[in-house]
Amino acid sequence: MRVTFTANGKPVEADDVWEGESLLYVLRERVGLPGSKNACEQGECGSCTVYLDGVPVCSCLVAAGQVQDREVRTVEGLGGEDGGLGLVQQAFVDAGAVQCGFCTPGLLVQTDALLEQESQPSDSDIREALSGNLCRCTGYEKIMDAVRLASARKCAGKAVAE
Amino acid sequence: MSTKSSTKPSTEPDVSGATPDARSGARTAARTIQGQKNLQDIRQASKDGIGGSPLRPDGTLKVRGEFAYSSDLWHEDMLWGMALRSPHPRANILSVDVSEALAVPGVYAVLTHEDIPGAKYYGLEIADQPALAIDRIRYHGEAIALVAADHPETARRAVKKIRVEYEVLTPIVTEEQCLDPATHGYVHEPHEYKSHAHGNICHEQRLVSGLGVTDEVRALADVVVSGTYEVGMQDQAFLGPESGLAVPAEDGGIDLYIATQWLHVDRQQIAPVLGLPEEKVRLTLAGVGGAFGGREDLSMQIHACLLAQRTDKPVKIVYARDESFFGHVHRHPARMFYEHGATRDGRLVYADARIVLDGGAYASASPAVVGNAASLGHGPYVIPNVRMHAIALYSNNPSCGAMRGFGAVQAAFGYETQMDRLAAELGMDPVELRQLNAVKQGDLMPTGQEIDAPAPVADLLQRVKDMPLPPPLDLDDLDVRQLPGALSNTSHGEGIVRGVGYSVGIKNVGFSEGFDDYSTARVRLEVIGGEPVALVHTAMAEVGQGGVTVHAQIARTELGVEQVTIHPADTGIGSAGSTSASRQTYMTGGAVKLAAEAVRHALIEKGRRRYGWTWNDITLTGGKVVSAAAGPLVSMVDLLGDDAIDLTREHHHRPTVPFDKETGQGFGHVQYTFCANRAVVDVDVELGLVKVVELTAVQDVGKALNPLSVVGQIQGGCTQALGLAVMEEIIVRDGKVRNASFTDYLIPTILDTPPIPVEILELPDPNAPYGLRGVGEAPTVSATPSIVAAIRNATGLALRRIPVRPEHLTTERPGAL
Ligand code: FES
Ligand code: FES
Repeated sequence: MRVTFTANGKPVEADDVWEGESLLYVLRERVGLPGSKNACEQGECGSCTVYLDGVPVCSCLVAAGQVQDREVRTVEGLGGEDGGLGLVQQAFVDAGAVQCGFCTPGLLVQTDALLEQESQPSDSDIREALSGNLCRCTGYEKIMDAVRLASARKCAGKAVAE
Repeated sequence: MSTKSSTKPSTEPDVSGATPDARSGARTAARTIQGQKNLQDIRQASKDGIGGSPLRPDGTLKVRGEFAYSSDLWHEDMLWGMALRSPHPRANILSVDVSEALAVPGVYAVLTHEDIPGAKYYGLEIADQPALAIDRIRYHGEAIALVAADHPETARRAVKKIRVEYEVLTPIVTEEQCLDPATHGYVHEPHEYKSHAHGNICHEQRLVSGLGVTDEVRALADVVVSGTYEVGMQDQAFLGPESGLAVPAEDGGIDLYIATQWLHVDRQQIAPVLGLPEEKVRLTLAGVGGAFGGREDLSMQIHACLLAQRTDKPVKIVYARDESFFGHVHRHPARMFYEHGATRDGRLVYADARIVLDGGAYASASPAVVGNAASLGHGPYVIPNVRMHAIALYSNNPSCGAMRGFGAVQAAFGYETQMDRLAAELGMDPVELRQLNAVKQGDLMPTGQEIDAPAPVADLLQRVKDMPLPPPLDLDDLDVRQLPGALSNTSHGEGIVRGVGYSVGIKNVGFSEGFDDYSTARVRLEVIGGEPVALVHTAMAEVGQGGVTVHAQIARTELGVEQVTIHPADTGIGSAGSTSASRQTYMTGGAVKLAAEAVRHALIEKGRRRYGWTWNDITLTGGKVVSAAAGPLVSMVDLLGDDAIDLTREHHHRPTVPFDKETGQGFGHVQYTFCANRAVVDVDVELGLVKVVELTAVQDVGKALNPLSVVGQIQGGCTQALGLAVMEEIIVRDGKVRNASFTDYLIPTILDTPPIPVEILELPDPNAPYGLRGVGEAPTVSATPSIVAAIRNATGLALRRIPVRPEHLTTERPGAL
């Protein structure tokens, strides 16, 4: 089948998609967006998290056909408008929250979604929001630091803008 | 059905700024491979040298989703490889029929062991593992046949059409069965390719020091405690699945782009199976999503190469998560008996231990794991009389090998539990008892080896004890998400008891027992764009630990330059050894230091010849050649001109010797490292749920080359230890793996993981580059027992098996520890 949707604001189209293929497979193997990662393909690790119509989902659990005419935003679409890093991306780099980095794309999308909803989350809020994203390397401390840093910068940014 | 992507961008070739190596014609073919791009932006890295915390050179690509992990590799025209795996742990293979699988449209090849052109067996220490099963199955999940197809789904369907007839046999899985081959049989028949083994024992090591453990020695002790302890099978559970891409080259060789821990030893094992000389098998490191020991053995490497060789097309293999659980070795499960004797005032008199490690079907790194368990199994304590016996068994359970902490983890659970029990028996504070017996610099290990570098064990314990405790649970102002059971809202504070526990551990750094452990580095200095630029080329596997950051820091420090380019790791240079045993900063960092120093000397020498300098105090700093007495002499740009200085050096650590087989004596280890922990836990004693509230670590790192990464390593190590303490175990029943998924094999989430305050000490080791000490493993060794001790402290239960499960907490009776 053919599937058409928008990925990071651009229309994309994938041909010859087998009906069992996941959105993750289509993104990674067919439309050249390998940023979302394949760590379990069972909805357990969160490495494949993308926005689907603005809601974070595990793309490994979404059948390709389900995204017809919908909007997908991946880690590749989290960058700043100037082509630089987005706020959450920069915070993860600065806090040392990236080691092997395999969990990072999913965590970035989930963190972005959290901060969209709640710009000053408590530590418990952060842990709850990120509890579906496994990281095997960092021990999560630096991830907590990164989210707090992103939150602080976001709020400071807002304060400046206001 | 087509797998070709019309929109996938092809990426540039090597843009790392590296000088192209003399490589085969495969270079062109591999141009679309993204791995080369992974280090491109190192030139924007911070200026920091050692001791600073510049950011990762690959961090920007990783947060953009542009870093190419091995599972992201793509090649025009590539095929997907997949293996058929055995559903039985022990069986004879009566027949394999691949004809139906071959007939599936889109299938290019189906291979069995009969199609292997070269050697059929390989292995890290003993070549006992068939690349594809031959006549027999020795563990659940063993690979029998391979398929290459145009789509992963095609491959999956074809695999299902391979017909195998088995004669299913009763697996040999318990210690008793393994040790009685006359009744239960052999995992490997006695005449088969084994060097160290007899019966189903893969390797054993004894150790006796002082008077050993005799009735006379026992009589010297006022108090004796003994117990049997068990450690379950833990998995590395790195997130990036095993994967790679094998590309056939024009010269008949193979180029393999791979996530591994040790490029050269992969190659040593792969080439004979392919029937190729080593120089025709070229490996380049692709992005690695964590390793923790699980990538020290081969997984899909040979399989991808065999399929590429046969089809003459690039072949990619990516394991699904269940295949990853079957495809790599795990941490050895252990059964241990420990007995300690002490005087009334708390001095240890003797330690007696038998440590039985289940090595599973193939040897992997079992011999070295046994060596560690025997030589570190008494812990960081001075004990005048010691007797240890460690063995690894061959069984029909999954193979076990390297995992962070490597033989020291299991033992630490045993000896630290014993320390707590001894303290209870003596009515002493458990930390004081440990401090009283702690090793220090100048003491002898039971192997007879003197500890000739700082060993601040008592101080580490004191510091961890002195760290402020988290506030007590406040039931009036409670966020229930912080309680055991967390989001499930299982309690509002009732039934919750808090406990505190302490532990300390010891781990060796680097490869031991006479292994000629070395690493190679090439450093090139030249002027690019009007600036001096250093290039660092090693074969070090960057698995997330941050070696690439540290190499750039070392080059900046030694050469006084800002710009450093890291060449992709490949087999175009000598071995870097493995990214394991906490050794890479020590070994490859040491090699980069040596090579950079040699380049510095060569440049200064050039200046002496040209300008006749006579000062002896010349260094390179800020892009200039500077004399302390006379000030700046010349800019490096002017002195270098169009020349490049390009030098390669090897770093060997001081030699070690194998332990004596019977007495365990010998200078077997290069360096020791220590970490102390304190755990605070809340336990819901009614439901058996545990929440670790805080896990504190204090570690001596010798010299923190990059404090940010060092702390990150310690926190990550503590978290894996937490996993082993309370949740992580591969459940194997009758040789069958029951939980090969992230649904059923649980690793700590951010909700399970508490704040991990870390304090680092920097007491330089006079024998190590910059005085540094390997960091990554010590916390994984030490932290588990502190958590179990805290749960015991809360519940009064003995808890002699890890991971501690809810049913242990709700069904065990409180009693003497
Ligand atoms: S890959 Fe989708 S949740 Fe793990
Ligand atoms: S950084 Fe490796 S899994 Fe998170």
